[in-house]
Amino acid sequence: MTENRSKLNKELAQMLKGGVIMDVTSPEQAKIAEDAGACAVMALERIPADIRAAGGVSRMSDPKMIKGIQKAVSIPVMAKVRIGHFVEAQILEAIEIDYIDESEVLSPADDLNHIDKTQFNVPFVCGARDLGEALRRVAEGATMIRTKGEAGTGDIVQAVRHMRTMNSEIRRVVSLRQDELYVAAKDMQVPVSLLQFVHDNGKLPVVNFAAGGVATPADAALMMQLGAEGVFVGSGIFKSGNPAKRAAAVVKAVTNYNNPSILAELSEDLGEAMVGINADEISILMAERGK
Amino acid sequence: MKIGVLALQGAFIEHIRMLERLDVETFEIRNLSDLDEIPDGLIIPGGESTVMSKLLLDLGLHEKLCSLITSGTPVMGTCAGLILLAKNVEGGNTSLATMDITAVRNAYGRQLGSFETAAPFAGAGNIQMTFIRAPVITQVGKNVEVLAEVDGTIVAAREDNQLVLSFHPELGEDPSVHQYFLNMISGTN
Repeated sequence: MTENRSKLNKELAQMLKGGVIMDVTSPEQAKIAEDAGACAVMALERIPADIRAAGGVSRMSDPKMIKGIQKAVSIPVMAKVRIGHFVEAQILEAIEIDYIDESEVLSPADDLNHIDKTQFNVPFVCGARDLGEALRRVAEGATMIRTKGEAGTGDIVQAVRHMRTMNSEIRRVVSLRQDELYVAAKDMQVPVSLLQFVHDNGKLPVVNFAAGGVATPADAALMMQLGAEGVFVGSGIFKSGNPAKRAAAVVKAVTNYNNPSILAELSEDLGEAMVGINADEISILMAERGK
Repeated sequence: MKIGVLALQGAFIEHIRMLERLDVETFEIRNLSDLDEIPDGLIIPGGESTVMSKLLLDLGLHEKLCSLITSGTPVMGTCAGLILLAKNVEGGNTSLATMDITAVRNAYGRQLGSFETAAPFAGAGNIQMTFIRAPVITQVGKNVEVLAEVDGTIVAAREDNQLVLSFHPELGEDPSVHQYFLNMISGTN
């Protein structure tokens, strides 16, 4: 990836800010998401809650399904590949996907290495639980970061923890003396140059979204108030009673995340939220995949 | 002078930062009460036009913005903002539809088609232009002045108080397009 390409890919993420990216598994769902105000859709075979229920190995979606979604909507179309599975990424690049999510939600294909994302022209978003993970993914070529949260649970606790951790670590790095950055980089296992950027700018070098466990408009607004620049909603939409209405409410909540009276209004009558699974009660923690 | 920046979704902070560099006051427009104060100028940023056009309606901003623009408030629309202001959108829905141009969405294709180039703007020198899944203008009305072209395609235009750009002047370091817009507001061009 040339420097110019990497810049353009970071800039596409900038255009998505303040928006909601929704998981969809069919062109019909993609259309519902677009009509509800999604700024992009994430194509995948099964939503995380179903992956969790079904178990087994989950992989990149059928390119034909993804192409169907590309035809159905005009907003950017993203899709997931397994951690380390660079051939799935090559396939998605061949069908001109707008963004690849190298995702812990799918079964990892490599338990050591992530994809060398600098070798691609299409952009990548990756999950992270803390600043070190985020900067390691950026060093590998990711041009957008999201919290890992705990996908498919409808439990926001992990996303909150990851966003708070990342932001408090950023504040700590900002407070360091220049001559303390080298050891900090060593401790965090990240390049000094990226830590220098965080130190100088008080933010990640790329856009940072919240993901994993967002189920209600209030969850989305909570993540925005904690510093997320936008929100991914996975199972929360299409596992709920009224997907179209809930999707539209989450979109409005992200725009007016600081306005409690608007949040109150749009939280009314949304029907049933997805059935939550307490993140402490599950056996597979997806967030543990790929560090 | 105070400029209202539509802050429903997209790259509105980048516009605000650019205007801060030019010592111009700004405020964010997220719902109707934000427009109790009448802005001297409006900016509609890049982002997803489908999202913004829906939120304009849902949040009750659509009519108010239309009336501000048609009554002469200067407005600058970048990328998605261009689509929102266009009277015609090929194969798509219109939104505010105040400017006599025809726009085509995603004219350069998907993200792999995004690019950077330099071209002359408003009869002045070359400026850096960043196109992200950008729209272009295919037709302009008789009162529309073409301000920039790339490979024979219109990428910037002005009709009286309305300025539209396919590219993102808020992303780079060069403030000349924003300066042009400020001059529109002060009536010096």
